[in-house]
Amino acid sequence: MNSNKVLDAKGLACPMPIVKTKKALNELETGEVLEIHATDKGAKADLIAWSASTGNELIKHEEENGVLKFWIKKG
Amino acid sequence: MEKKKTTIILFSGDYDKAMAAYIIANGAAAYDHEVVIFHTFWGLNALRKDENIEVKKTFMEKMLGKMMPRGADKMGLSKMHFAGMGPKMIKDVMKKHNAMTLPQLIDMAQEQDVKLIACTMTMDLLGLRQEELLEKIEYAGVAAYLADAEDGNVNLFI
Repeated sequence: MNSNKVLDAKGLACPMPIVKTKKALNELETGEVLEIHATDKGAKADLIAWSASTGNELIKHEEENGVLKFWIKKG
Repeated sequence: MEKKKTTIILFSGDYDKAMAAYIIANGAAAYDHEVVIFHTFWGLNALRKDENIEVKKTFMEKMLGKMMPRGADKMGLSKMHFAGMGPKMIKDVMKKHNAMTLPQLIDMAQEQDVKLIACTMTMDLLGLRQEELLEKIEYAGVAAYLADAEDGNVNLFI
C-alpha cells in the first residue's frame, strides 16, 4: 500500500505512538497517507479510537512479525 | 469543529500518580483536545525547578521547602516507596520498557501546548514562589479552573 510518509514508532511506549502520529500527520496534507509501525500492544486499540474521533481515516492495519502496521489517511 | 477540552486537577505529589496525569494530558493533546492541568497542594512539586532558588522565606516556609521534593524527578511513589528504593526500581523498569520519565512527560506536555496552571492559594500555603517553578506556567485560582472545567469533556482529579 502506498504511503506519503512512514513513522517508525517501534519500541515506543504509551502515549508516544499517538503523540508522534499526531505530529507526523500535522505535516501531511489532507488526503495523504501516513504509515505507522508500532510495537506497543495498546497501539491497535489506541489508533483505531484516535482515528475515529479525530476525523482521520484508518484505511488498513495489520500485524507482521510482532510489528503493528497502520495506514491513516489525513481527514 | 470546536475543540474538545480535558481538564485535570493534579493534587497528588506522588511520582506514579503524576505520571498517570501527564500521560492522559499528553494523550488528550494528541487527541486535539485543549488540555489544562491545574496543580494544587502536593501536585505543585511537579512544577518545581530542581535547583535551589534563593528567595526570601519565613522559617516555616523554608522547612516546608526542604521537606518537599524539589521537582518531578525527586517525587516519591504512592506505593512501595521503600525509602527511595522503589522509585529507583521503577525508573529502571521504565527505561527497559522505553517509557517516558515524568520530567520528559512534562516537557512533552509543554511542547504540545498543554496549559499548566499553579494554584496561587496553595503556593502561598506551602511557601512556593514563582521563581521556584518552571517557566511558562500560568497562575490562577479556583474560578479560572472552573471556567475551563465547566465546558470540559473530560475532567479528572488525581
